[in-house]
Order: sequence, then C-alpha cells, then structure tokens
Amino acid sequence: MVNQEIISEIHLTVFSDIKYLDVVQCVSDSFFNLAGFEEDDVYWVGLSIREAVTNAILHGNKNNSRIPVILSFKHRTDRLVVTVTDQGEGVDESRLPDPRDPENLFKPGGRGIFLVKSFMDNVFFSTPDGGGNELVMEKFIKEGEKNED
Amino acid sequence: MKIETRTVNGVTVLDVSGKITLAEGSVDIRKSVRDLMDSGRDQILLNLGDVKYIDSSGIGELVSSFTTVTNKGGKLKLLNLTLKIRELLAITKLLTVFECFDDEGEAVKSFS
Repeated sequence: MVNQEIISEIHLTVFSDIKYLDVVQCVSDSFFNLAGFEEDDVYWVGLSIREAVTNAILHGNKNNSRIPVILSFKHRTDRLVVTVTDQGEGVDESRLPDPRDPENLFKPGGRGIFLVKSFMDNVFFSTPDGGGNELVMEKFIKEGEKNED
Repeated sequence: MKIETRTVNGVTVLDVSGKITLAEGSVDIRKSVRDLMDSGRDQILLNLGDVKYIDSSGIGELVSSFTTVTNKGGKLKLLNLTLKIRELLAITKLLTVFECFDDEGEAVKSFS
C-alpha cells in the first residue's frame, strides 16, 4: 500500500494575472529542489506548472484578474502532488486535441496541457466540492532523490 | 525578451535573447517577423542561442511566425537551438516542421 503521509505542504493563491507566473514558478522550483529532484526535472515540472496556471488564468478564469487561482504543493513519501484550481467549468479531456496531429501542427495554441502531460507522471482533472475545476499533477520521487528534511 | 536584427548575405537574422513566454511578450517575435515581411525581407533566420526560457506560448509564436512567412512565399529557419528548446520541439513534433541549424554560415548558405 502506498504511503500517503504528507512531509511538507505549501499553499499559494494568486490572482488571475500572467504577471504572477514567475512567482508560481519560483515556488515550484524551490519546492522541487528542496525535495531533492534533479535539475532537469525541476525545470520541466516548473514549465508544466506554469502551463497549468496559464491555462487556469486564460481559460478557467477567463483572464478575470479578480478571480484567484489556488495552488497546493504537497510532498508525500513517494511523490510530489501539485493541484491548480480555477473557477472555470472544467475541461473535457476527450476533447483536447493532440497538437502533434497534422491538422493541429501549425496551430499557434493547444500545447499547454499536452506539455503538462508529457512532463508529469500523473495528470487528471477533477471538480472540487466548492465548484470550479482542479488540475492535479503528480511527479514520483525516484530512488536517490529522496530528501525528507 | 530582446530582439536585434542584422543582415547577412541577404538573410535577415533575428538574434533573440531572454525569455519567450506569455508574460514576457512572446508576441514581439510575430510582430518583428511581420514588420520584416512588410518591408520585403522574407528570408529570415531566428537565432535562439541566447533564449533562456520558452513556454508553449513562445512555441506558438515560432509556429505563427513560420506560417506567416511560408504562406507568403518566404522562408523562416531556426539557428542555435538550446537543448531545452530542441526537446520541446521534438516532443511537439515541430522539429519535423522547422529547418534547424547549429552553424550560422551553413544556415545562411541554405537560403540561396
């Protein structure tokens, strides 16, 4: 059975403005660095979280700067779990186009969630009790990366 | 993000540095490319060697610039991809779209 003990946890709320993306990424980089992740993983996870928050701001909260994006970072025994919550109507995953398909290759957008799925180990959408839309991203801790301080 | 323009043997080289992200105004690349096209310069080499960071919005700007130039009969190629940009273009299958070079001389020659 997977041990789901939480070792550390950070909560962060930012308003829906892209100027906060660098703040979010700083928190992500620090959190994953502290957990002992390798530099490359920290980079790609940071990009994934940046993409997730961009998506929450632009599509979930429709760029309304008064609506917050809520993030939680949880360090569990075997993985780090990042949740990004917006107040949008949610995403129908089956309708997300594959940006690699020939008909989508030359489109300027549609790569954000694809990148998230490429670099994170588990990605899923859910609807929290209070409404809105939640994107949960998990990255497993490899042997040798464990830093439980 | 900073963009500097120079011309080498009829090819316009855009030296891009800094971050190509939504927050840093990734649309500046598209604007620069459109301005070049409007002034009749349609042989364009984007030098990305000093790009420190790029997100999906930045990747989208590269694609937009490429289609703008190609649809009008011009050519847009990429120079000096960092490992991270190369990896992003690979997983999004865009390496099959862009012609990429590591040597500026070879890149410029390829336009003739």
